[in-house]
Amino acid sequence: MIQFILKRLAVAIPTLLVLIVVSFFLMKMAPGNPFAGEKTVPQSVLDNIYARYGLDKPEWQQLAEYIYNVVFRFDFGPSFQYRDRTVNDIIAQGFPVTFTYGAWAFVAASVIGIALGVVAAVRQNSWADYLSVGFSIGAQVVPNFVMAPILVLVFTLWLRWLPGGGWNGGHWSNVVLPVVALATSYFANIARITRSSMLEVLGSNYIRTARAKGLPGWKVIFGHALRPALLPVVSYLGPVFVGMVTGSVVIDLYFSTGGIGQAFVNSALNRDYSTILGITILLGALTITANLVVDVLYAWIDPKIEL
Amino acid sequence: MMITQTLKAAMVAAALLSATALTAPAYAAMVPEGTKLAAEQVFKYRVLDNINTLDPQLVEDVDTSAVVRSLFEGLYNSGPDGEPVPGVAESYDVNEDNTVYTFHLRDAKWSNGEPVIAGDFVYAWQRAVTPETASNYAYFVGLVGVVNADAIVAGEKKPEELGVKAIDDKTLEVTLSFSSPWFIRTLSHATLFPTYKASVDKGIDWTKPENMVSNGAFTLAENTPGERVVLKRNPNYWDNEHTVLEEVQFLTINDENQGLTRWRAGEVDQTDVPAGQYPALKAELPDNTFSVPQFCTYYFSVNMTDKQPNAALADVKVREALSLAIDRDVIVNGILQGGQQPAYSFTHPLTAGFTMPEIAAAAMTQEERDAKAVALMTEAGFSKDNPLTINYIYNTSEAHKKIATVVSQMWKEKLGVTMNLQDMEFQTLLDTRHSKTYELARNAWCGDYNEASTFLSLLDSKSEQNDQGYANADVDSWLAASKTAEDPNVQYAEIEAQAAKDVPIMPIYFYAKVFMQNADVKGWPYDDVEQNWYAKDLYKVAE
Repeated sequence: MIQFILKRLAVAIPTLLVLIVVSFFLMKMAPGNPFAGEKTVPQSVLDNIYARYGLDKPEWQQLAEYIYNVVFRFDFGPSFQYRDRTVNDIIAQGFPVTFTYGAWAFVAASVIGIALGVVAAVRQNSWADYLSVGFSIGAQVVPNFVMAPILVLVFTLWLRWLPGGGWNGGHWSNVVLPVVALATSYFANIARITRSSMLEVLGSNYIRTARAKGLPGWKVIFGHALRPALLPVVSYLGPVFVGMVTGSVVIDLYFSTGGIGQAFVNSALNRDYSTILGITILLGALTITANLVVDVLYAWIDPKIEL
Repeated sequence: MMITQTLKAAMVAAALLSATALTAPAYAAMVPEGTKLAAEQVFKYRVLDNINTLDPQLVEDVDTSAVVRSLFEGLYNSGPDGEPVPGVAESYDVNEDNTVYTFHLRDAKWSNGEPVIAGDFVYAWQRAVTPETASNYAYFVGLVGVVNADAIVAGEKKPEELGVKAIDDKTLEVTLSFSSPWFIRTLSHATLFPTYKASVDKGIDWTKPENMVSNGAFTLAENTPGERVVLKRNPNYWDNEHTVLEEVQFLTINDENQGLTRWRAGEVDQTDVPAGQYPALKAELPDNTFSVPQFCTYYFSVNMTDKQPNAALADVKVREALSLAIDRDVIVNGILQGGQQPAYSFTHPLTAGFTMPEIAAAAMTQEERDAKAVALMTEAGFSKDNPLTINYIYNTSEAHKKIATVVSQMWKEKLGVTMNLQDMEFQTLLDTRHSKTYELARNAWCGDYNEASTFLSLLDSKSEQNDQGYANADVDSWLAASKTAEDPNVQYAEIEAQAAKDVPIMPIYFYAKVFMQNADVKGWPYDDVEQNWYAKDLYKVAE
């Protein structure tokens, strides 16, 4: 197991390097530059700015220096768009915000999704099944950019219970709406996958054996069926987790949380090269880690899988 | 000679002016007697985007300037009507030909209690042009005329050679490279605010709340990009006794409709009106809905260079016909509906000291314009049987798209012109416009200071901002002459007339700022076309 993890981590490093190189050149190919605005500045001013940020050097040298700084000094450079912030600053400020509401949304979506899925499978074709399937489909067809305004309309404007945006240092009242808006679009899928996987497992021979032995229903479900039924759910949850904690652009923008998703989109639109790269690396590293965790969980859930 | 006579008169007038130091009363929150102030003096203002930087010398955009204006104070501020009012400077003297300004500073303090001295301005202005600072607005110092600014930016001279010096701690002398009667108007721009060296020396982190030392009416309490910036009243500000607000919050809300919802929920005191919603909101909430002129012009740029891919647009008749056939009234009254004004010339009509020249097209009815357009088009050899096709580019936005669509319909119906619309990302549009590979492009300009040259200098053949590549020797020489003219309106009228004749740009409308504001907010500068508001001038009354 340890060997497997080490091996995977060793592969992760070249993967990240390839990611940096590809993103770097894709980014440079896009028209425009980080310092262009509606007002064109004189060339002499641009020259000074390029010199300040090392953009006057050949591209291979910019790339080499960037990688050197990231690898040996863990320095992602200054942001071009936020002139008095570094990319490390931006990530340090935005990531905890996104991680907080993303993690809560992940927990909420998983718990509700799995519970609904199990209930629906166990009571297949009953009113409970129809209700939970209907509920999930209802949630799924309302994307978060529709969900968010509806929530704000109801809880902010009509009921006046919760603020319609802002973060306020992570006060619970500011966290609730982003969590709900983000979780709804995911729990539906989780419920659906859990339900079909659970149905398959419930129809298998060993479950029939367990029932034949006279085990009580709940013991069959929680002791025998649930664990194997969760395998496909876990593989789905890996990327979902990364997607949630690295920020939903919609949620960040709509609720003005100051999260990393917003920083990512703005940096891409403004050609803030260093911020684009910094956040891309963060996303890449998180994706690799999440996949690793999923694989380890697999082995733990299903001993037949060898690492 | 007549010229000598006028010159003499001007010199006498200037000498009279310089004999006495020019003083005007300072401006603060003007609370009428008997007003019952609200218990909670917190103003919450919605901003569209992140506040990019709080470093005065690096500030670029309007919202960021609003934050920095409350944190720092320059020599002069702009008053409720946009006219300059004293800031750190109490008064100034100026020589006969408006090239040497001497400012007398008041006893102002930094937020740490240290005095604000002339040397702080020298430091900040030099810092703005120093190549290492790499400020986007470094050019502004040269634009307003400070001696050697451009050469320092270009690395040809040392920052110490900038035309600004501290005679003593209370006296600042600025030398300009050209005569500028409007120099005082440029001083409320963030680039020219003072900065505190010991604070700036802390490096990139100097604008963090724990490090920042500022001299404005407020100090920085919190800065969370993408969420909010919070300012608190500065007890060391020289006019603190007249400040009423205790706290100002700048809340980032990207979505205009979300901004409106949060305004309705009472979470912000002021927010912009989403496009097209002004009439309905004005009817519903007349006391909270405002439309004031904004210092910007929306226009189409025509590529005037020989890189123009469309030969037809090289014909002035075609350009004029196209411009005439645009029914501006439909655009402002039918699409924008927020108090915008149709534009037939470039300079904003409310620019200080500017007399709007008479432009023939502006005086015609739309029927007359259309008739002339059809005639010109026929002369140029185009008709509905031999139609012209034009490619138009604009940056992705619902409002730009609507305008483009309606113009394309007008051109199709009146002139048989087919207008292909291509929307692109903003950065791509800038790149295409600047490289002059386009035919016709959306453009807009907002003035940097309240004087007509902030618009008209864009028509200079050497201007970086001249996306049209328009070059007219007469326009260039009128622009040069206007700088020293007694009444530059003479040249300005010539330039506008020439531009209307050559049609390098098709002006569409003058902007309006439409916003919702809580009724308890008082002191907003509705009459300032630049909308330079200062938190120190605002106050909230008890409802």
